[in-house]
Amino acid sequence: MALLERHKADKIGDAVFRGVSYFFAISVVVLMLFIFAVLFKESLPAIKKFGLKFLVSSSWDPVRLEFGALPSVYGTIVSSIIAIVIAVPISLGIAIFLTEMAPKGFKGPIGTAIELLASIPSIIYGMWGLFVFAPFLSDHVEPWIIEYLGFIPIFNGAPLGIGMLPAGFILAIMIIPFISSVSRDVFQMVPPMLKESGYGVGATKWEVIRKVVIPYTRSGIIGAVILGLGRALGETMAVTFVIGNSHEISHALLDPATSISATLANEFTEAVDPLYLSSLVALGLILFVITFIVLVLAKFLIGGFSYKGGNL
Amino acid sequence: MNFFYLRRKFYNLLALTVSLLSAGFGIFFLFWILKDVITLGLPALNWAFFTELPVPPGAEGGGLAHAILGTIFVTVVATVIGVPSGILAGTYLSEYGRKSGTASVVRFLSDILVSAPSIVIGLFVYAILVKPLGGFSAIAGAVALSIIMLPVIVRTAEEVLKLVPDSTREAALALGAPHWKVTVHVVYRGAIRGITTGVLLAVARVSGETAPLLFTSFNNSFWNFNVAEPTATLTVTIFNYALGPYEDWHTKAWGAALIITATVLLVTIFARLLVTRRSPR
Repeated sequence: MALLERHKADKIGDAVFRGVSYFFAISVVVLMLFIFAVLFKESLPAIKKFGLKFLVSSSWDPVRLEFGALPSVYGTIVSSIIAIVIAVPISLGIAIFLTEMAPKGFKGPIGTAIELLASIPSIIYGMWGLFVFAPFLSDHVEPWIIEYLGFIPIFNGAPLGIGMLPAGFILAIMIIPFISSVSRDVFQMVPPMLKESGYGVGATKWEVIRKVVIPYTRSGIIGAVILGLGRALGETMAVTFVIGNSHEISHALLDPATSISATLANEFTEAVDPLYLSSLVALGLILFVITFIVLVLAKFLIGGFSYKGGNL
Repeated sequence: MNFFYLRRKFYNLLALTVSLLSAGFGIFFLFWILKDVITLGLPALNWAFFTELPVPPGAEGGGLAHAILGTIFVTVVATVIGVPSGILAGTYLSEYGRKSGTASVVRFLSDILVSAPSIVIGLFVYAILVKPLGGFSAIAGAVALSIIMLPVIVRTAEEVLKLVPDSTREAALALGAPHWKVTVHVVYRGAIRGITTGVLLAVARVSGETAPLLFTSFNNSFWNFNVAEPTATLTVTIFNYALGPYEDWHTKAWGAALIITATVLLVTIFARLLVTRRSPR
């Protein structure tokens, strides 16, 4: 009898445990849908008022309650592209160094040091960028850029130390650890036999990297880059400090600009008018949609890569 | 022939130098940032910094004790909400769902949520907790952080639970133990070190978050022991003080930056040591 009862209790326990764990697993899905739904609902007043013009209008006037997302979206995209352009070669260099070059004893410590760069909170990057890096740029680097590269329109402007280019640079430092650690992982999945056959026909290290490792891992590398892009797009604090917060779109990268996240961080708690708040949430929704698409893309590319690795 | 050989050698050397320099670049910035955080932060730290409330703007002295407490409180509550839910969801993925469609959808969305912009999570929590309840609150901040924590825990929990071999599960099941007991007493026990690492890394990550707290737990210049009231945190205090006009505020912000960076880095390093000592990846 006692045995039967225990069996029954076990069965109930099993059902409960399974149900509870299922509930929490599903909660991730529900949460995602809920975030979309809530952001959409909150941005409805702005969508109703401005319609699609919200995306292309560049006026941002809290006094007359006219809002357009263009300056913020432009700043988000341009600063992220700058970050990617700077970060990708350096991250791939780091990944190559860690997988192909570093002596065994150095691999661990250097890899950890690079990854620690990722765990520094973003507000520290922002604060350091504002108080240390921006003065450094405006004293030593930007006057030089303006003097020698000023004939190119994008390098025009005043040496303020804050603006689109500094924001992109700080973002680059922040995403380097992400891109380099994912690329290191995919580099390590290249079968040693492929590399050895390269060395066997007398290729140099660089030739093996360029003609065997990189072609083999191409989609994984692209995935890593897009993952870094996703991070850069949504990064808030580092950008807010150094981008300069100006709703003017300027062709010069040294000029102050703004991004979606910087606009939100600076203006959300000051916004009182419902339409103002709703326009800010709409900006957040745009950011969420952009990063969602980018991350889905990255996931497919990285996932697709590891599949190929298994077949060979 | 000889020229070609030399050219190949040259390119090889060039490429390897560039990759060495890239690694140097990363490490250079790590040390540059850490050096400034330490040298600018240390002068701000004294007994008052840890025990006193801020003085009125512009005056010297005072401390950020309320923000330290606020950060601890918000992080602990976020951990209490986020960790059990994350571990249970991870349990579903590794013990029950495995290759099912539901499990892959959950995995996929968790991976996306991990990298989702944290400021958007702040907006979301503002809309569901701050606006309807009529004010910023410590609990809203904790919920925002727990949402950021959840997907991180889900994925790491699944990864480490999967490391427990199936034969161990089968051995326990064959003794007549029910599935849930096997999970709790055998699988969790086998994976406890990995789970601890995952939790520590997630805690380290959220304790340095600022963006989701700006519109949720907001700020406060006084002690706050009420979950329904706004509370100060170190990171939001850094944001306000660093952008403020007073020299003393900047010093305080650097002090707070030092505390938060040191905590996050030490916890991260500790968590890594915990896992590498067992299974070098």
